[in-house]
Amino acid sequence: MTVDQAVRPETITAPRERRPTRKRLKTLSTTDKVVLGMMVGIPTLIEACLIWLPSLASIGLSFGRWDGIGSPTNITSAGISNYTYIFTNYPSFWPAVLHNLIWLVFLAVIATPLGVLLAVLLDRKIRFTRIYQSIFFLPVMLSLALIGIIWQLIYSSDNGLIDSLLGIAGKPQSIDFFGDKSINLWAALVAQTWRHAGYVMILYLAGLKGVDLSLKEAAALDGATAWQTFTRIVFPVMKPINTVVIVITIIEALRSFDLVYIINGGTNGLELLSALVVRNLQGEGQDLGVGSAIATVLLVLSLVPIIIYLSRTFRKDRTE
Amino acid sequence: MPENRSSLFGAQVDRRSVLRYAGASGIAVASASILAACTGNFSGGGSATGSKTTTFGSNYSDPAPKAAFASVVAAFQKQSGDKIKLNTVSHNDFQNNINNYLQGSPDAVFTWFSGFRMKSYAKSGLTLPLDDVWTKIGGNFSDSIAKASTAADGKKYLVPWVTYPWAIFYSKSLFAEKGYEVPVKWTDFTTLAAQMKKDGLIPIAFADKDLWPACGTFDYLNMRINGYKFHVDLMAHKESWNQAKVKDVFDHWNEILPYHQTGSLGRIWQDAANAIGAKKAGMMVVGSDQIGAQLTGAQYDDLDFFAFPEINPDFGQTAVEAPIDGFMLSKKGANDKIATAFLEFLGTAKAQQTYLGVNKADIATAKNADTSGYTPLQKKAQTFIGAATDLSQFLDRDSLPAFAADVMEPALQSFISSGKFDMASVESQAKQKYQGV
Repeated sequence: MTVDQAVRPETITAPRERRPTRKRLKTLSTTDKVVLGMMVGIPTLIEACLIWLPSLASIGLSFGRWDGIGSPTNITSAGISNYTYIFTNYPSFWPAVLHNLIWLVFLAVIATPLGVLLAVLLDRKIRFTRIYQSIFFLPVMLSLALIGIIWQLIYSSDNGLIDSLLGIAGKPQSIDFFGDKSINLWAALVAQTWRHAGYVMILYLAGLKGVDLSLKEAAALDGATAWQTFTRIVFPVMKPINTVVIVITIIEALRSFDLVYIINGGTNGLELLSALVVRNLQGEGQDLGVGSAIATVLLVLSLVPIIIYLSRTFRKDRTE
Repeated sequence: MPENRSSLFGAQVDRRSVLRYAGASGIAVASASILAACTGNFSGGGSATGSKTTTFGSNYSDPAPKAAFASVVAAFQKQSGDKIKLNTVSHNDFQNNINNYLQGSPDAVFTWFSGFRMKSYAKSGLTLPLDDVWTKIGGNFSDSIAKASTAADGKKYLVPWVTYPWAIFYSKSLFAEKGYEVPVKWTDFTTLAAQMKKDGLIPIAFADKDLWPACGTFDYLNMRINGYKFHVDLMAHKESWNQAKVKDVFDHWNEILPYHQTGSLGRIWQDAANAIGAKKAGMMVVGSDQIGAQLTGAQYDDLDFFAFPEINPDFGQTAVEAPIDGFMLSKKGANDKIATAFLEFLGTAKAQQTYLGVNKADIATAKNADTSGYTPLQKKAQTFIGAATDLSQFLDRDSLPAFAADVMEPALQSFISSGKFDMASVESQAKQKYQGV
């Protein structure tokens, strides 16, 4: 578009001559080149500055020791000692890896399908559908501080909603949702589902609105049940949205951080890699080497699904 | 840093600012300096150095202390005619950004803490010694406060401000009603706890969801069993964590662990303090800054405390845990006469009293402060701290912050839930954290 518009003034003033369209695209004026160069160059520069350089610097830092004070020349080489520390000495590391995996499986098996189910149900033109949509989407928009208060009110063992309803609040047999190592991860996952399902629901609902109604009608005429219509017709048609939802689920599982952080800072059964990164990098307690080593592990873990996704997408593009 | 995390629903909500820095991946955080290289110097703070103006960075961001600080600054400006520009930053942002702040363009004078945290910034060269200021204000402070303001090189780097004691707090009327006596020796303490349990009370109110409160019990047990000197050396990792003395601490703790309020890892300290106020619990190891602010009205008036009981007679009850807040002078800020004059002003009883105002939880560090406005609890705290031979500052102020936050606080949580403290693991993690310190 931009090329066409930029070229037009020239074509108007120049003597009219018939040229094949293809050739016209090849001749770019200086302005075109500058505009194009900037359009490609500025995002690349921003990307390099904000993403690639920090990522590479982080990998570099993971092989050094630095408390963040003084110039970067104070960084001393640590070899692979930061990695041996997190792999062999850091008691929170392996639980964090495990919890990230549980998080991923839980989101993929429970939270995301729940969001899809909500979307499909709400798409059936039931009464008050907009109100339901707002209710389910609300958690996505709430600020972290509010989410902290809400779940504190629900889960607190001294005066929380659940324990109060069960009549055991403040008693020795009360359920300690935040503090009990064996259940707090699941309590956090319920809270995460509460948010994630609403997010997936809105995405999916938007996709469902785009599905051609005649497809559904044809299926109905052929006597397909609602389940058959969804699995055989709607779901395959929704392929692009499905991909987005899968990618979002993976990203959410890997970067998940805020919920465990507001619950207890990411300790005592709620260790997640992202929380450990922050614990090691923030404030005075900076151990940039160890924090960067964990960040690098997280980066490598994130690259696996991204590479699989990208290579599949590109392969398809080529064949189509 | 207990008092700086005392919000309604615990530590972490306050820290949401962290998210802004962490963003989607923690990677960006690690590369803050590289980012700075890309985008130019991004660290804020104003060091506008007019002829008669200096700047003051404060992390007292809660409404009441913020207003109190404004009146302190106003009092100084009125007295000297100089101007102070007060930059208040949310306390968690302040602490989380302190390294960037001090290396960027910091304010001349800034709020900070005593202990290892003061010493590490003294050693870093990012702050300046205040011996000149101390020649003027030295007479206002006791020896133990002066010692707590001195760094490893023997120079003083901190102007002390307010403080408060950690102790065992209880309800006077509950003790009177049940006929309990204040325990002095360890066995008295365990017997009393057992009696309270029998009487249907929670003997020791306890909460550690915020990670730091359990440190107070550890500090006191260690100082009572192994002495102040050993405690400080252990905090500085001059002593190993993997030794019989440390095991002794946790053996003693295991004796009283059954008397602790259950479910403590999911409880915020405010709820534990409320159990004292409601007389559901008998005792609580906590700071007056916390419980004295949490309980109000009749519950506050009913509040009293006693020293952590004696365990090893060699050490008695002479060490007191009393975190001291104070001020330091940054090297990169404007080190001018006004900054010095302001620090001298802050080191007086008058300035501290202006600040304390109606505060019922903390006390002034100046020994000549007028105590007539104090509540009985504050008066007792004043005597209590004044009589101490040694003042510890709390585990997260006395040790390397990276060690306290990443190693010790999680290890204490795991001890509380399992009754086991993995000394070998803590020692090997300490070796990693204290490398090159």
